[in-house]
Amino acid sequence: MPRLFTACLLAGLALSTPLAGAHAQTLRFGLMEDPDALDPTLARTFAGRMVFAALCDKLVDIGPDLKPVPQLATEWAWSDDRKVLTLRLRPGVRFHDGEPVDAAAVKYSLERHLKLPGSQRRGEIAPIDAVEAVDDLALKITLKTPFAPLLAQFTDRAGMIVSPKAAERLGDKFATAPVCAGPYKFVERVPQDRIVVEKFDDYWNKDAIQIRRIEFRPIPDTTVRLTNLRAGQLDLIERLAPTDLPQVKRDPKLKVGQAYELGFSGIVFNTAREGSPVADPRVRAAFEAAIDRNAITQVVYNGEYLAGNQWVSPKNPNYVTDYPVPKRDVAKAKALLKEAGIEKPSITMMVYANNDAPQVGQVIQAMTREAGFDVKLQATDFTTSLDQADKGNFEAYLYNWSGRPDPDGNTYSFLACKTPLNYSRYCNQEADSAMNAERLTTDPAERKAAWKRLAGRVLTDKPLVYLFHRRLLWAYSQKLTGFGEYPDGLVRFTGLKLD
Amino acid sequence: MLRFLARRLALAVPTLVLASMIIFALQQLLPGDTATALSGEERDPEVIAFIRAKYHLDRPLPVRYAYWATGVLQGDLGESIRLQKPVIELIREKLPVTLELACLAMLVALVIGVPMGILSAVRPGTWIDGLANGVALWGLSVPNFWLGILMILLFSVQLGWLPASGYVPPGESLSENLRSMAMPAFVLGNAIAAVMMRHTRAAMLGVLQSDYVRTARAKGVPTARVVLRHALPNAAIPIITLGALEFGQLLSGAVLTEQVFSVPGFGKLMVDAVFNRDFATVQGVVICTAATYILLNLAADLASALVNPKLRRA
Repeated sequence: MPRLFTACLLAGLALSTPLAGAHAQTLRFGLMEDPDALDPTLARTFAGRMVFAALCDKLVDIGPDLKPVPQLATEWAWSDDRKVLTLRLRPGVRFHDGEPVDAAAVKYSLERHLKLPGSQRRGEIAPIDAVEAVDDLALKITLKTPFAPLLAQFTDRAGMIVSPKAAERLGDKFATAPVCAGPYKFVERVPQDRIVVEKFDDYWNKDAIQIRRIEFRPIPDTTVRLTNLRAGQLDLIERLAPTDLPQVKRDPKLKVGQAYELGFSGIVFNTAREGSPVADPRVRAAFEAAIDRNAITQVVYNGEYLAGNQWVSPKNPNYVTDYPVPKRDVAKAKALLKEAGIEKPSITMMVYANNDAPQVGQVIQAMTREAGFDVKLQATDFTTSLDQADKGNFEAYLYNWSGRPDPDGNTYSFLACKTPLNYSRYCNQEADSAMNAERLTTDPAERKAAWKRLAGRVLTDKPLVYLFHRRLLWAYSQKLTGFGEYPDGLVRFTGLKLD
Repeated sequence: MLRFLARRLALAVPTLVLASMIIFALQQLLPGDTATALSGEERDPEVIAFIRAKYHLDRPLPVRYAYWATGVLQGDLGESIRLQKPVIELIREKLPVTLELACLAMLVALVIGVPMGILSAVRPGTWIDGLANGVALWGLSVPNFWLGILMILLFSVQLGWLPASGYVPPGESLSENLRSMAMPAFVLGNAIAAVMMRHTRAAMLGVLQSDYVRTARAKGVPTARVVLRHALPNAAIPIITLGALEFGQLLSGAVLTEQVFSVPGFGKLMVDAVFNRDFATVQGVVICTAATYILLNLAADLASALVNPKLRRA
């Protein structure tokens, strides 16, 4: 008994040690998921992109206005036929292993993106035919066909440059110790617990980096993530739930960052589903007419998300203003169903089994019932839904896409004939021609005209009914200053300060 | 005794093989495979085909099982496709965390559950019994997730006494380790304590009414001695068996509690692996858990035999 008492006393003393103060120069960042492989060529998760923002600089970055700004490349120019892009690199930049970031290294990385088995980047920059180092800092990229979105692709993982020496040395283990040229270098990773990076003292823009260390901590549950922030265990969290926003705004110790996403949420209809009412465009139009998009964002997201009807949000400069968000019209929906000869269509809609998608499904179910629809909801996990969508085993699929800076990334793969994300099995020559036209030119006015043509076709055929655009929400401690809001949802660590 | 031990250990091998076969087959019932889960938003068909070929996902089920089983026989549990790390390394990282959490939770359960069970059996129908039953009812009915969040709000947000989440290895700092484990261990232990209390109470009530206890009391043996030396060892068998079962369950990972407190243990590993169709990881964790379960059952049998000589002759 005395021994037990002593043990308890010791444990009590140990527990009463004050909180360690070693976190002063460490930013603790709560992520929604544990990133996958930390190799920009193989990576695919959104959370992974957060870590790459610290580890790997890109050829170009995007500003808050979605325009490209210099990062590793300081200048760029297109040839007259739009088939050659010339890049000039920033001089004196080094990788974390001390190797120089030169044209040869960029050529190596781009070719790695194109050729490494299992590369997730190959499709993004597939039109590249050849990469040539003109001199130490100049690079010529030749394309098979003009591809206007290339520069936008370089603002994400396809533009991240890895150290050739490290990539060769580590081979398929590169993700275990990634070496890039970003403001922070990799320290350690404990799966599902933390990823730690430390300030790179030879970073080209080192004076703008104030925080010594960053600890990325995956905490999937939004409530738990927020509670950790409130308890002072985290300094910054991403993807705050809109329903938690009032609580955060009330807390004087916390601040909120927000930006509308580049992507969309919408309903994908399987237009090739034989015998299903959704194969008829009039039924799809009736379905859309029965929905009040603002009601969805109000009921499920406290009005924090933005109703939309296109692949980019109404606040995006590329939104086609000739086609505004339509209002709910139940009479029109009923008339369309009557015209189609299916007055009580029964449709099964697949939704992710997460916190909010089933609620969105229920609101849609209730609204469309008034027009005569009988919607059954089928909640599935993410992988199952992708599998079913791939195989065409669905009628309607409530889907969301994180979005790309160039609208091409939100349209081509979903709407062009036989593309990988074209779950709706939509194939239309007019739409294809508009999308090909937008790829051939870098002139903003010509591209906008092509998207207008595309909108005219797709918003009539409705293979995909766009519903709303999420607002990206961050919450952070008031000790953190210099936080910038970017629509790609990534945090820029330059200029961030932790007092 | 040795023959008993050898027989039980020999039985463990076919049990493990069968468990591995069942879980391997069950995983195939899930729609989609690793390639579907890992192909990313872009879903490049070439990437999907590459992943399928690399991890033999395009081969028939028995062939895949043979690949996996051959690896296991050579001490290789395969590689986590998602994390690109050997499964054995992941287990080596997570097992000590889960083991520590399970031990601490059991400690909490034993310290609360057993004395409470004994007290309420010794004083049935009194306020002590009522209190113990009330505490047990609370333990059984309060969801771990909710209790966890409430504890974080009180002890981390309001009072700032304990860290809200995370895990510090004991080698790094024992005090920080215990601070980070205190709340998850209590939340887990609280629920088990309730079950322990109910079982201890029932077992003790039965034993306390038996003839030999009455005889001991008639001979003037002090109550404390009657309860602790005469009655408790006989009542201990169901408690030990239950403890082993509960401990085994704790080792398979306390998913929700690990989620709330961000404890990087088996539960989180397993859930992530299932959602990402990371079959090698699921398989590795299941085998590891099954082996531990079998060993714990064996340990429980041996412990029962030690406290109760009658069982040694059985």
